[in-house]
This record gives sequence, C-alpha cells and structure tokens, in this order.
Amino acid sequence: MNRTATPLVIAGREYRSRLLVGTGKYKDFAETRAAIDASGAEIVTVAIRRTNIGQNAGEPNLLDFLPPSQFTILPNTAGCYTADDAVRTLRLARELLDGHALVKLEVLGDPKTLFPNMPETLKAAETLVKEGFQVMVYCADDPIQAKMLEDIGCVAIMPLASLIGSGMGIVNPWNLRLILDAAKVPVLVDAGVGTASDAAIAMELGCDGVLMNTAIAHAQDPVLMASAMKKAVEAGREAFLAGRMARKFYSADPSSPTTGLIGS
Amino acid sequence: MIESPAMNLVINGETRPFPEPLTVAGLVDTLGFVGKRIAVEKNGDIVPRSRYAETPLAEGDRLEIVVAVGGG
Repeated sequence: MNRTATPLVIAGREYRSRLLVGTGKYKDFAETRAAIDASGAEIVTVAIRRTNIGQNAGEPNLLDFLPPSQFTILPNTAGCYTADDAVRTLRLARELLDGHALVKLEVLGDPKTLFPNMPETLKAAETLVKEGFQVMVYCADDPIQAKMLEDIGCVAIMPLASLIGSGMGIVNPWNLRLILDAAKVPVLVDAGVGTASDAAIAMELGCDGVLMNTAIAHAQDPVLMASAMKKAVEAGREAFLAGRMARKFYSADPSSPTTGLIGS
Repeated sequence: MIESPAMNLVINGETRPFPEPLTVAGLVDTLGFVGKRIAVEKNGDIVPRSRYAETPLAEGDRLEIVVAVGGG
C-alpha cells in the first residue's frame, strides 16, 4: 500500500487532501474557485455574515461557486470575540448548510493579534460538542489547552503557526511537536503559513494537515501559489513518512566512495 | 398622510417598518430571499426553514438573516 495515500480522517470521514483552504480575500468568486481547484482542497472554510437587506438581491453567492455537493464546507466563527457569539453563529451555519455538523470554532482575543481567547474557546467548544457539532478548533500553540480541547471532544486541534494573516511561518515548531505528541485527534496548523516551505515544514513536523487562506489569496498569483501549496503539503507529508536522516552536526559524511581515487 | 406601520422589525440591527402582519415566510418573500441560501434567527433562536410559514412576527422582534461569505 502506498503510505502517502493514507487519508486524513476527521470525525470519521476520509479526505485525500491534507490542505484546507479559506475563501476570503480573493478578487472575485471566479478567482476563489480557480485557486481552490488548483489547491486540490476538499474542505473549504466560509464565514457567516449578515446579508444585505433591500439591495443586491440578485448578486452571486459564494456557495454558487463552491457547491456543498462538491466540497465540504467548513463554516467558521471568524470575528467572534465571545463564546456566545461563536455558538450562535454556528447554529445559524448549521441551519444554512442543512444540518451540517462539521464546523471551525475560533474565538478571538483582540483585533491586533487575532490570538485566540482560550477561556472563551473552551467554553464554546463544550456547548457545541454537547449540541452535536463536530468541532475543529483554532487554538493557541499550548499543549495543555490543546489537550483540554481534545478531552472536551473536539474532532481536530488547530494551533496557530503564527498570527492569522501574518505569513510569518512556523514560529514555534517545538510547541507544535508537544501538541502532536500528545494528541489522538488530527492536528492541523491553522494560520501563519506564508509560503510553500512553511507548509512543508508543518507537515514534516508530523501535522495531519494545514489550513491557510491569505498565503494563497494574497500571493501575486493566487492560482499558482495554490498549486505550490498542494505540492508542499504532499512533499512535507511524504518526507515525514519517509523519516528524515539524522542530523550530523559539524561532521561531514561524503556521498561518494572514499577509496579507488586516481593517483592513490 | 403616511399610515402608521403595523409593526417594526429589527433586521440585522436596523429597524424597518412593515405595513401588515407577517410570518417569517412572508418576510423572506418581501425581502426577495426566496430560494436563496440563508439562515434566520429570531430573538436569539434559530427558525428552521421548515417552520418559516408557521412562525409569526411581532412588533420589535429582532431578526438576524445571514449568508455564507468568503472567509478563512
């Protein structure tokens, strides 16, 4: 069996792609769709917002371009700063998506850092799990609180690699490793990836997947970057499974034979 | 002379007058959202699509009407 084909399993459902993508910040819905197609992502996140009343009744809807029959739509609670707002938003999302239970919970702490408010995140997770939601949760890269979220019943733990939308990459690989070592549910890096090598590093660490938005949407060529991210996630996954060579500090080891040299 | 409205509803944070009593189904129709993928919350509780027609609206009801938009 090809080990690289091992699917990502979230809440009992299998996915071939380990790259999850957001749908924000694109020029238009056509570019959103083209980038998502190039990324190979099967799970795409959407936000829930008030609709415009009394105007643009005929304007196109995001879900016309990303039909729930073709993609797993992952509604998020981006922009929520309290557990109550996050729970209300996801109840609306479940109604909007015909009873769909898989959701992304994020409760933010402040608008400057968009760092998660972990007490509110834990509170919301408890309510949502009790109400039958399958909760994938954006969280701090704190192994203790990540474990708490798993114990509550979250189906995936999604620590930030660095600040949302910052493109700073994987700033604390050691904390991610601590979370990975302890988790029994999938761990996905959510937020902070800037370019393809960042995604590969996350996967080489052993992450089960990567969720990103801005790194693709704000690339000069989003569709090409989406393709690069697809390959980076696959390459990083294969490298993780292959098992990298040991690092030999201050000690070279020639790749060519040391005997049979001419003139010896 | 302007007739006094039958009721005012607070929709997505904005107060709007309506000349006659409505159900949620009637409101969705009036706003042009029939067939659109929306979700409705009334005074903090979800109104399932299957119950739009049997859910009356009253003066001062607070409604949230949402859609999916691009986000990460």
